[in-house]
Amino acid sequence: MDDIEVTPSSTGRPAEIMRSGHNACPGCAQAIAMRLILRTLGGRTIVVVVPACAAIIAGQFPRTSLNVPVFLAAFETAGASAAGISNALKYKGQDDIIVLALAGDGGTFDIGLQSLSGAADRNEDFIYVCMDNEAYMNTGIQVSSATPRYTWTGTTPTGNPRRKKQIMEIMAAHRIPYAATASIGFPEDLMRKVKRAKEMRGTRFIHLLSPCPTGWKMAEDLTAKIGTLAVETNIFPLYEIEDGLFYRINHYSRGLPVDDYLSLQGRYDHLTQKEIHDIQAETDRTWKDLQAKADRGKY
Amino acid sequence: MRGCMPARRFSHECRNMKKFITGNDAVAEGVRLCRTQIVAAYPITPQTPIYEKLSDWDACGELGGRMMRMESEHSAMAACLAASLTATRTFTATSSQGLALMHEMLHFASGCRAPVVMACVNRSLAIPWGFWSDQTDTLAQRDTGWIQIYSENNQEILDSVIQAYRIAESVLLPCMVILEASFISHFMEPVEIPEQDLVDKFLPPANLPLRFDVERPAFIAPVVNQTEYRDYRRLSQEAMELSLNVIDGIDHEFDGIFDRKYGLIETVDTEDAELVIVTSGSITSTARVAQVRIREKGFKIGLLKIRVFRPFPSEILREALKHVGKIAVIDRNISLGSEGIFCSELKAALCDGPAGSKIQGYLAGIGGTNVSPELIERIAFDAFNREHPTVRSIWMT
Ligand code: SF4
Repeated sequence: MDDIEVTPSSTGRPAEIMRSGHNACPGCAQAIAMRLILRTLGGRTIVVVVPACAAIIAGQFPRTSLNVPVFLAAFETAGASAAGISNALKYKGQDDIIVLALAGDGGTFDIGLQSLSGAADRNEDFIYVCMDNEAYMNTGIQVSSATPRYTWTGTTPTGNPRRKKQIMEIMAAHRIPYAATASIGFPEDLMRKVKRAKEMRGTRFIHLLSPCPTGWKMAEDLTAKIGTLAVETNIFPLYEIEDGLFYRINHYSRGLPVDDYLSLQGRYDHLTQKEIHDIQAETDRTWKDLQAKADRGKY
Repeated sequence: MRGCMPARRFSHECRNMKKFITGNDAVAEGVRLCRTQIVAAYPITPQTPIYEKLSDWDACGELGGRMMRMESEHSAMAACLAASLTATRTFTATSSQGLALMHEMLHFASGCRAPVVMACVNRSLAIPWGFWSDQTDTLAQRDTGWIQIYSENNQEILDSVIQAYRIAESVLLPCMVILEASFISHFMEPVEIPEQDLVDKFLPPANLPLRFDVERPAFIAPVVNQTEYRDYRRLSQEAMELSLNVIDGIDHEFDGIFDRKYGLIETVDTEDAELVIVTSGSITSTARVAQVRIREKGFKIGLLKIRVFRPFPSEILREALKHVGKIAVIDRNISLGSEGIFCSELKAALCDGPAGSKIQGYLAGIGGTNVSPELIERIAFDAFNREHPTVRSIWMT
């Protein structure tokens, strides 16, 4: 934590923007992530949330868990709403205020993709964090295009036939200045990335894997462990992309078998050996591809 | 003129003179004169020339505000309302499909009490595809909580843009100013461009509430319970009702400075009229010609133009039509399964009125078809001779 500077409070401890008393389920990774992200960004931040668990975590009138301005925008408008605010701030010369968009995987990969793509194409000035719990959890547990292959959800009762959409490649294709993955299992890495994003301008995108005890059918005290295993099995590697071209891997995993990750989650209870084998093979391929990109270095 | 201005554009030197311009250009002039701070737009025929004109001025550094070139109308409205809540004066323009796509965000803008101003160029909604004037696109948005002003000509649309900012920012409701495809958007007329200092006098610098204040954080647009929802809706309705007087007052003030006024409605020769023709938008100009001709033939006919449709000026209409036996409403729009929309609204407003007026609806000009003075004469004589109105509006071809 040494290299993580956060806004200090009068007690010398980092000022918390997020208060206790939020509405997340016990063990929710998003609540932890929101706390870490906001205390790294500090109080001069305007938050745009869209319908997602983040919106519920932020509170229902008249209560709120966030001590910064929050706007609950329309589901598919995280990108456009954040852009509207940041352009207004620019018009008024208030460049020191950060605009943070928080959306779920549905609001990012599916319904909000157009608005995000438009904003990224214009290189609008905001930080966008996709808190990916790999399904529509706020409405129950329904499949999204971020749901991994074979996963049980309420709308894929025999397992999801589709593969997870590669949102990082989509964002890289927009050549935005900064895109990074993060996992709640690596909080220092997450905060370092938020801090890095804070120092940059333009569209900055963080894809955060957010274990969800409710939707993943996992024990509430396994959030950090599962977030760590996702990285250590290469299911969810930690990396950064600059200008859409330059890849850097932030953590070389121990290469644990994917089953170590899958077997802790009830949403994978039904998997056959062949399906586990498929997931392992695809994970290995994707990891190799990522390494090849990172090996290119800067050119 | 600046070097960056493309040659095909009109110069806008000599601002104090009348200029021969299209309705779309008149809208753009209004937006510039109002010192609009954020413009977020997306192209759609026949609105696009507004977007292009503002882009030209932006390129020349003459717009003063920031242009956001969006990837859809839905995002354009999302950006406008978010920028408006960040205390900036905002504008967008759209038509037909674009407006339909925006529908969800229209509710957001009014629910957030964001005083966004939008120009809507009436264009027929697909399917079938078409590009011509038809008011169903904007009338279908009547329940979104936006003030709606329908304009008759190019001068009125420019003036309405300027008035719209004053109105919207006074009552904190979004305002739609409406012009028709082709007949107004692309037809050229002499338009007096108000002087900047007079506009500044009429419309002070934007002083909107800052909803996202890092010094005083608040959660904007949170989830509420049932009673809170009901109470917010009620407040919005009260603001709408209040805006009737505000619109009227602002129109008078405008008259004092610019010597032009429009009213919520306008009446022509209604005092002794046995029949009043009710119109909106560009058909009104044609109806003025027809009304004079019919009077010359010795028939007591009047004309009533509805300019402000939301809030609907029910009381004012009741008063204006209280002694009129027969009313003919011309609608360039239709609510399928019902009738012309202005006709429905007028019937509702007058249903238990003192005169027990007979209201007959006519559908004319739908899809951008031409409405000639002769067609309006036919409508008038049909209405004069008809004993009992039909349940539905009559199609005029
Ligand atoms: S459903 Fe999942 S993501 Fe949503 S609040 Fe509960 S644990 Fe968190």
